[in-house]
Amino acid sequence: MLKDQDRIFQNLYNDLGPDIASSQKRGDWINTKDLTSKGRDWIINEIKDSQLRGRGGAGFPTGLKWSFAPKELGSRPHYLVINGDESEPGTCKDRDILRFEPHKLIEGCLLASYAVQAHVCYIYIRGEYFVDGQKLQAAIDEAYEKNLIGKNAAGTGWDLDIYIHYGAGAYICGEETALLESIEGKKGQPRLKPPFPALIGLYGCPTIINNVETIAVVPTILRRGGKWFASLGREKNTGTKIFCISGNVNNPCNVEEEMNIPLKELIEVHAGGVIGGWDNLQAVIPGGSSMPLIPKEKCETLTMDFDSLMAEKSGLGTAGIVVINKDQDIIKCMARIARFYKHESCGQCTPCREGSGWMWRMLERMAKGEASRDEIDMLGDVTNQIAGHTICAFGEGSSWPVQGLLRHFSKEIKKRNKFDPIIKEQKDIPYLVDQHLLDKNA
Amino acid sequence: MSLRRPAKNQPENFEFNSSSLEAANQIISKYPKGKKQSAVMALLYIAQKQNNNWIPLAAMKYIGKFLDMPYIKVYEVATFYTMYNLAPVGKYFVQVCTTTPCMIRGAYKLVEACKEKITENESELSRDKSCSWMEVECLGACVNAPMMQINDDYYEDLDKEKTLKILDKILNGETPKPGSYRGRINNEPENNRKTLMDLKNA
Repeated sequence: MLKDQDRIFQNLYNDLGPDIASSQKRGDWINTKDLTSKGRDWIINEIKDSQLRGRGGAGFPTGLKWSFAPKELGSRPHYLVINGDESEPGTCKDRDILRFEPHKLIEGCLLASYAVQAHVCYIYIRGEYFVDGQKLQAAIDEAYEKNLIGKNAAGTGWDLDIYIHYGAGAYICGEETALLESIEGKKGQPRLKPPFPALIGLYGCPTIINNVETIAVVPTILRRGGKWFASLGREKNTGTKIFCISGNVNNPCNVEEEMNIPLKELIEVHAGGVIGGWDNLQAVIPGGSSMPLIPKEKCETLTMDFDSLMAEKSGLGTAGIVVINKDQDIIKCMARIARFYKHESCGQCTPCREGSGWMWRMLERMAKGEASRDEIDMLGDVTNQIAGHTICAFGEGSSWPVQGLLRHFSKEIKKRNKFDPIIKEQKDIPYLVDQHLLDKNA
Repeated sequence: MSLRRPAKNQPENFEFNSSSLEAANQIISKYPKGKKQSAVMALLYIAQKQNNNWIPLAAMKYIGKFLDMPYIKVYEVATFYTMYNLAPVGKYFVQVCTTTPCMIRGAYKLVEACKEKITENESELSRDKSCSWMEVECLGACVNAPMMQINDDYYEDLDKEKTLKILDKILNGETPKPGSYRGRINNEPENNRKTLMDLKNA
């Protein structure tokens, strides 16, 4: 288990209070000026050394992303945008940072803005987190009052303004370009990439977009050094991560742990075990609903980081672990996730807009045992037609969980849906166009 | 995508009152010059708040003029995002999360409770017109499942009994205490905390 002094979010459980005085006692804001005086290149290199990967789902190296921002400030201003549109089912880590550790985020915004030369930072928070957003706003007001942000922020000589922009219940706005569209006051429909936002982003200006958790760990990394962060976890999967463990466990919780921690340890030690005991475990969704599920056999030895989950054809995503025990109907669970994606598709690309509905309706029938045997292959085909054929990664996100179900639980589906398609039953149905196939003399 | 239709009965006119106007101008100042359109989402919220928690078409036209943008662009935004109510909802607007992490912890028991206490169908006003409910997608409080949102507040760690009690209160016109209904103030593992113990006991 990670040592307590290596935990970045000391106030994850709000033992100490989120206000500025207690934050400063925990070490926030104490030497911000010294950090920026070492220069932009030092900050970016330190983040590169730490091998920090984005905490929003895709796991892109943060230092590399920052280095894409133009080195010289041209005629167009640079922007920093923080993605707090946390809507992935199973994930609720950013909410705790917004309400309990807001000053880590705000200080991170200042350091990141300095590194990428942005004077304005927008924090995009999902509309449902209005109350938590108000808490963050209170912290921002506090920081303005103490002159930690605003003109000559924290004595660094850098001017920074931070604004909150509330979303309004669209999952797709967690996709970075959809989020930019949303800030610009349009429908949240993703843009084609390239051009990447680092060059042409918000209002056509260079924009760096990072997840709340990614930015909130930056001040601690710079204080304790990239080497310290890189010493936790394993190569290319370094540092600590907030894991959200929900579903059929005795004590659902958020906990900050080292990367590469065994899944079994997270569930058994922190979350108090599976309801009904470990043997009652059916499957685990390891990284928010977009990631394919992992059956029990593999959960025994699985470790939680980007690369080891990738090897299991799944992914760490946002590290929202949903535990499903044997009391649940796994097909019904996945049908509900498919319904989520059907509801949240932005409607821009046809494969996703139509396909997400098809997947949902087929899975609902499969859960009831009303699907025919050949529909299982057809469902797999539909998922392949969606994944990789859309503008954004929503196509993959919606089809991967279905593919995971087909990969690991096709026996279960076949057991429940065993009848043959109508055509094979030799029924005489006049409106069936394939009637001619029944002709035995052909 | 979700199907969203504006209400049949629409008011003729809409205008911001003085406090809304002040809030709207403050929001516009957050965005760069010439980028007023960015404020449309926040202004729709202000209109919704002023107009008993729903947005009439007249308000969209008003906002379009207010921000120098075409009405259709405002309409697009208002119909795209699901948190804008296009038809009247109750003074107490109950949203029950039923996505998988909540579902496997019994979210449909909460739906049953809503059906018993409020109305049989979702998005309908209760008999005294004070309350309505609907099923929504993940609200992002998965470790507090099952949960629901009433207006701005989250009600967490529920079961059917607790939900019935909450609904009784709102039907009596009281606002129940938000937060966890098992007494959690945060997302620590209940009675099983293994980390940061020094701080807990400090």
